[in-house]
Amino acid sequence: MLDSLQRLGEFSLDVFAKLGRANLFFLQALAGAPEMILRPGLLIRQLYMVGVLSILLISLSGFFVGMVLGLQGYNVLSDFGAEESLGVMIAASLVRELGPVVTALLFSGRAGSALTAEIGLMKATEQLSGMEMMAVDPMRRIVAPRLYAGILAMPLLSAMFTYIGIQGGYLVGVPLLGVDEGSFWSQMQSSIDFHEDIVNGIIKSIVFGIIVTWIAVFEGYDCIPTSEGVSRATTHSVVYSAFAVLGSDFILTALMFGE
Amino acid sequence: MEAVRDNESLYNHCKMTENRMDSSTDTVVQIRGLVFDRGRRRIFDGVDMNIRRGSITAIMGPSGTGKTTLLKLIGGQLRPKEGEILVDGEPVHRLSRRRLYLLRRRMGMLFQTGALLTDLNVFENVAFPLREHTDLPNSIIRTLVLMKLEAVGLRGARALMPAELSGGMARRVALARAIALDPMMIMYDEPFTGQDPISMGVLVKLIKTLNHALGLTSIVVSHDVQETASISDYIYVISEGKVVGEGTPQQLQHTDSPWVRQFMDGLPDGPVPFHYPAPDYHKDLLQC
Ligand SMILES: Nc1ncnc2c1ncn2[C@@H]1O[C@H](COP(=O)(O)OP(=O)(O)O)[C@@H](O)[C@H]1O
Ligand SMILES: [Mg+2]
Repeated sequence: MLDSLQRLGEFSLDVFAKLGRANLFFLQALAGAPEMILRPGLLIRQLYMVGVLSILLISLSGFFVGMVLGLQGYNVLSDFGAEESLGVMIAASLVRELGPVVTALLFSGRAGSALTAEIGLMKATEQLSGMEMMAVDPMRRIVAPRLYAGILAMPLLSAMFTYIGIQGGYLVGVPLLGVDEGSFWSQMQSSIDFHEDIVNGIIKSIVFGIIVTWIAVFEGYDCIPTSEGVSRATTHSVVYSAFAVLGSDFILTALMFGE
Repeated sequence: MEAVRDNESLYNHCKMTENRMDSSTDTVVQIRGLVFDRGRRRIFDGVDMNIRRGSITAIMGPSGTGKTTLLKLIGGQLRPKEGEILVDGEPVHRLSRRRLYLLRRRMGMLFQTGALLTDLNVFENVAFPLREHTDLPNSIIRTLVLMKLEAVGLRGARALMPAELSGGMARRVALARAIALDPMMIMYDEPFTGQDPISMGVLVKLIKTLNHALGLTSIVVSHDVQETASISDYIYVISEGKVVGEGTPQQLQHTDSPWVRQFMDGLPDGPVPFHYPAPDYHKDLLQC
């Protein structure tokens, strides 16, 4: 009994120490901004690695999610004779929820895990220590460009996912299932509010971008520098990101649409 | 600009930089009463060391005694719990970040694995510190990099990626990188471990010639007794957080500490027993 209490205490101490380290880490990495302006090449290269290389995955997934939304939405809406609202339904779900959330989850699996593994491996092979000994701060040279690249890439990828998803839903709904094209688009246009829906969706994608990339680079930087440690950190990175994204999505949704 | 190829001019070039940095003391690293803990475990418990300018000093001890940790303490990557570490007269653990980074430009460190940046080729790895810390034009960087690579015999390997190098070559590239900024001292972390006899011989010779040609101070951490003793001017043997023996290689050959004897001669049994503590063998077998 006393033993398990002690273990619980140690565990919570570990968790809080880690949270503290993560916060400090985040601030230090953000402080690497001036370097990014002086040497834009570092940032551009990372934007390519985390952003451009995720485009194919994000577009394909967006397309499929949109098509599924088209099918399922049509099934439900046609029971009420409301097929014309299919466009609104697809657009609202994508803009408000699925766009930012699914993109964040995919992004964490594709780019986040790669970031964790890359940084963890650099730590395990002493490349980070080596840089420090060469008087180069790995926080600025390695971590900051990756963090900023992830934060910048995520909203763009989410917008792409949403756009392609709507096209996928259109493809299934209009040419395939015969929903009227005019009402599909006009209802969507009149019901989707710029502030209420689009801006909130963008805010979500920015928040998720910060969360996912932060977790990814921190897990890599904080990993136990062995091959086992790196693989565990990579798993943690994806798992924690998923939890953090879904949890914060609930909070954000409650704040934005909760009235 | 014409590439400087022969060793003579390399020697002069580096000698000049060295003289500029020469300070009055002849001790480069001074460690006083060093205490350091890792969690609950005490790694160092009152260690004193002096590392003379221009010498090759070996630090030997069994695996896990904290040799790598000691180098990281000297490099300012870890902070001592108690005690002082002066590098070139400056207390590393009390320097501001900026001063520490300036000091580190004058220290080279060779990590156990080489620690080459895996996404850059050999040339760019050696050029890395120059590009990070200087605004030299490309032509001069090229000349400097080729000089450093020539010094370790790998000028021809400049286009290879780290993954294509053998262990010995990777360490030589890392060595070229460590001398890129003309440091006053180099720390080698187990440079010989896992090397075949030929690359071992090459590394032994390189450490010695570079130390003399470039007027460096070298700290070699190792448990390869013969190779290390053959090139070092002074040896510290550490175990269980303390310096258990020190002296020139000759002095240590004739030490009367049985522990140091066992370590230097590589005997399987002695004060450090062959058997990990266990209950009586016969009783253990007959149980069950
Ligand atoms: N990052 C770390 N965290 C906790 N303990 C460590 C860490 N690095 C090394 N140690 C421990 O410190 C001791 C000394 O390690 P090290 O300096 O690598 O020894 P050596 O280089 O002599 O083999 C070892 O017992 C090791 O387990
Ligand atoms: Mg070691």
